[in-house]
Amino acid sequence: MGYRVLVVDDSKLARMAVAKLLSALHPDWTRVEAANADEAMGHIKAGSFDMAIVDFNMPGRDGLELAAEMLAMKPGLPLAVISANHQVEVVTRAREVGASFLQKPLTEKALEEFATDATKRLSKGP
Amino acid sequence: MSTILSELQLDALTEMVNIGVNRAAASLRQMVGEQVHLSVPKVTLVSRDRAIATLAENETVNLVGIHQVFEGDVTGRALLIFPDTKSLELVRAVTGGELPLEEIIELEHEALAEIGNIILNGCLATMANMLQRNLKMSLPEILRGEPSMFFSLEPPPEAGEVVMFLYINFAIRERDIRGYIAMLMDMPSLAALQVLLDEFIERAT
Repeated sequence: MGYRVLVVDDSKLARMAVAKLLSALHPDWTRVEAANADEAMGHIKAGSFDMAIVDFNMPGRDGLELAAEMLAMKPGLPLAVISANHQVEVVTRAREVGASFLQKPLTEKALEEFATDATKRLSKGP
Repeated sequence: MSTILSELQLDALTEMVNIGVNRAAASLRQMVGEQVHLSVPKVTLVSRDRAIATLAENETVNLVGIHQVFEGDVTGRALLIFPDTKSLELVRAVTGGELPLEEIIELEHEALAEIGNIILNGCLATMANMLQRNLKMSLPEILRGEPSMFFSLEPPPEAGEVVMFLYINFAIRERDIRGYIAMLMDMPSLAALQVLLDEFIERAT
């Protein structure tokens, strides 16, 4: 089954880069894009995606705050926070809110691991 | 001047610089032992005069800067600039704040060079890697003076020099220090950068 992936990043280029990797890995999956936290929250209310990839470094609410909000609304949602900032505090906070942490620039391998894990979790059901 | 670069080129540059400073934050964290926040909210391209005017309008007269020259397909100088009054505060934030003032003053030069080197190298090395080019970087040098001094270093720049001007927020141990990163390039280097950015965008998308 083709899943729907929400990509949240204020950088259009970064969204395009994730899109390229995703379509190489899973051509049958579809993407929903958001340029900021508010747009992402709109998508979560509409229930228009199955998993999410969220940039940490965004103006306004950062990716970790957004991840916490999203997971509070939709517990069990497979969600990855991506950042070049791999400080212990950031990685720990991601885990604490129930998100995965992926390092930026995103590699196909890291994305594949996240996607495989997400697929397993989604196929098991809530 | 920002129109020199397309929206996507500027986006690519902002993304690279942010990845660079985030890496630098992770390196500084190891040095400091506490979480370090570095972010670059905005990247702009301005003329030298505009860069000087921005610093003169927003900051005190005296500034401290860490300066490194980079050479390769793109050549220029990179500067991390703070108000002079924040310099000791920055060193104190990095060293932990328990040291007596004399020691902080003694350490200031060395600590600034180290911080500057980590941040500027984080940006330049990340850009070089992502653009798949090699950049040679000089050792950091500390400079103090008025805004115009930082933009008229020897050897004199070629006509039409462009400054990539970035605001950088630096938060560590409850201290919030705002500074600037300036990368000065001449027109041929800017043109070369544009070609490299297009190649990068092509690969990434």
